[in-house]
Amino acid sequence: MIEVQDLTKSFGDKTAVDHISFSVNKGEILGFLGPNGAGKTTTMRVLTGYLPATTGTAKIAGFDVFDDSMEVRRRIGYLPENPPLYFDMTVSSYLDFVARIKNVPAEKRAARVTAALEMAKITDKRDELIKRLSRGYKQRVGLAQAIVHDPDVIILDEPTVGLDPKQIIEVRNLIKGLAGSHTIILSTHILPEVSMTCDRVVIINRGKIVAVDTPENLTLQLKGGARIRVEVQAPEKSLRDALAQISGVRKVEINSLGSAGRLVATVEANQGQDLRSQIAARVVGQGWALYELRGINLSLEEIFLQLTTEDAAQNPAEKAEGN
Amino acid sequence: MRGLYAIYRKEMSHYFVSPVAYAVVPIFLILSAVFFNMYLADGIKASFEASMEAMQGGAAIPFDVPSAVMGAFLSLVGTILLFLTPLLTMGVYSEERKRGTMELLLTSPITDWQIVLGKFFASLSLFIIMILPTVLYVVYMFAHSEPVPPWRLIAGGYLGVLLLGVTLLAIGSFLSALTENQIVAGVLVLGISLLLWVVGFFAGTGNGVIAQSLQYLALLQHYNPFVRGVIDTTGLIFFASWIFFAIFLTMRAVDSMRWRRA
Repeated sequence: MIEVQDLTKSFGDKTAVDHISFSVNKGEILGFLGPNGAGKTTTMRVLTGYLPATTGTAKIAGFDVFDDSMEVRRRIGYLPENPPLYFDMTVSSYLDFVARIKNVPAEKRAARVTAALEMAKITDKRDELIKRLSRGYKQRVGLAQAIVHDPDVIILDEPTVGLDPKQIIEVRNLIKGLAGSHTIILSTHILPEVSMTCDRVVIINRGKIVAVDTPENLTLQLKGGARIRVEVQAPEKSLRDALAQISGVRKVEINSLGSAGRLVATVEANQGQDLRSQIAARVVGQGWALYELRGINLSLEEIFLQLTTEDAAQNPAEKAEGN
Repeated sequence: MRGLYAIYRKEMSHYFVSPVAYAVVPIFLILSAVFFNMYLADGIKASFEASMEAMQGGAAIPFDVPSAVMGAFLSLVGTILLFLTPLLTMGVYSEERKRGTMELLLTSPITDWQIVLGKFFASLSLFIIMILPTVLYVVYMFAHSEPVPPWRLIAGGYLGVLLLGVTLLAIGSFLSALTENQIVAGVLVLGISLLLWVVGFFAGTGNGVIAQSLQYLALLQHYNPFVRGVIDTTGLIFFASWIFFAIFLTMRAVDSMRWRRA
């Protein structure tokens, strides 16, 4: 449904998006993840036809976003970073206006506005002036605006910004509900959002794609390098030596746990190795008391940090091609 | 066409809730009413004095009071418009740029033409609404003056008002599309409209090429013949060129918003 080929966008000598390629299948939710300033908004703006690409192409439903801009615009709903609201309009007259400029036929307009109000859960605010709404409601009006014409492709730039936790869950559910019949791209820098809503994740940093995969695979990919937490009663020095001697251990970090003389060691293993049994054997073999031993899975946050920090970004091309 | 109407409708509803329209329109009406009364009083006084002189045996000076009153009034309306019309359009694009709503318009399936013309016709409608009450003065003149002011003068005068107004609206829209700050846009268009006004004074007496060129640029220079009931082609071409040129530039400015980083 969405096909991005070798897309680059520069502003003067600053490259915001650097030769990125990815595709989104029909009905899929793609998460666009990256720190602020990574190029997420720029990519979305190119996809909506708001900005022209410097080189490369982007196609939506087979139409080039630049050459067939009108065809593309007919098929997309777009929520920019700041919801594009007219503050002196009421919610329903605003949505009616958007439906008009999105070419919704007159006989369907009222029904579509009602449906969008319902989906965004703002039906009770329909006659309120937009300027009187709270930040969270404004964001939801922005969301309603993006779906009022029932577009094939929905592009959401940080859709949950400014919402309270309950609203965030509602919006995520709304987005999940839209998938299947709609193709969705959403950007965020909030990681749980991606693991909860998206089928696939594109991690982008400094304009380059550093990983494309499902949230599960991304977690799995680095799970082998997970850390193990060991709680032991032992002398610090000998514990450190004993653990460091195990083959496959990359790093040992020891903290003391209160006055009881118990220590907590965090062992970082090399990728793909599960050292839990070796560690247990070593600790017990030394005659120390083992209180706890468990693996700590790398969270998406940590994967994200690993991928977006300098040393992990060395082989982005290889990772991007993994998909 | 539907897109154009949607934009037009949105702009009109915006005007009717915006403080700008509620400030500018009444000020225009109050100023024009004050000046109409003043000119009318002057006219009545002048004609009274003239008839007194005639009764004292002097020859009656041929003096068309109604024409003089309407001519002076419409000429003054032109000057008021130079100051007030810029205020109507200063926010027309700059506000959308600031609010980010331009991004909505530019990613919707409507053409730049529909955006530009929709907005333009809306500002024109507001302008006509602002001017319309002054027709009451014309009606008053027709009801009470003897002889009635000539049709030619009224028609020419209002055509002039319309052309001058549309020119200022078109220039104002263009300048509004250049900046995110509507005060800057307002000051720019006010500055240009005043510049195009005073340029006539500076060039007033000269006969050189520069003086003549400057005279040609002066807005009121081309407006005044209309007020005298003279519909001359130079004036029509002058205003039409400004209007088309400014609308064309607005189109380009809207198009360029896609290319720049908002």
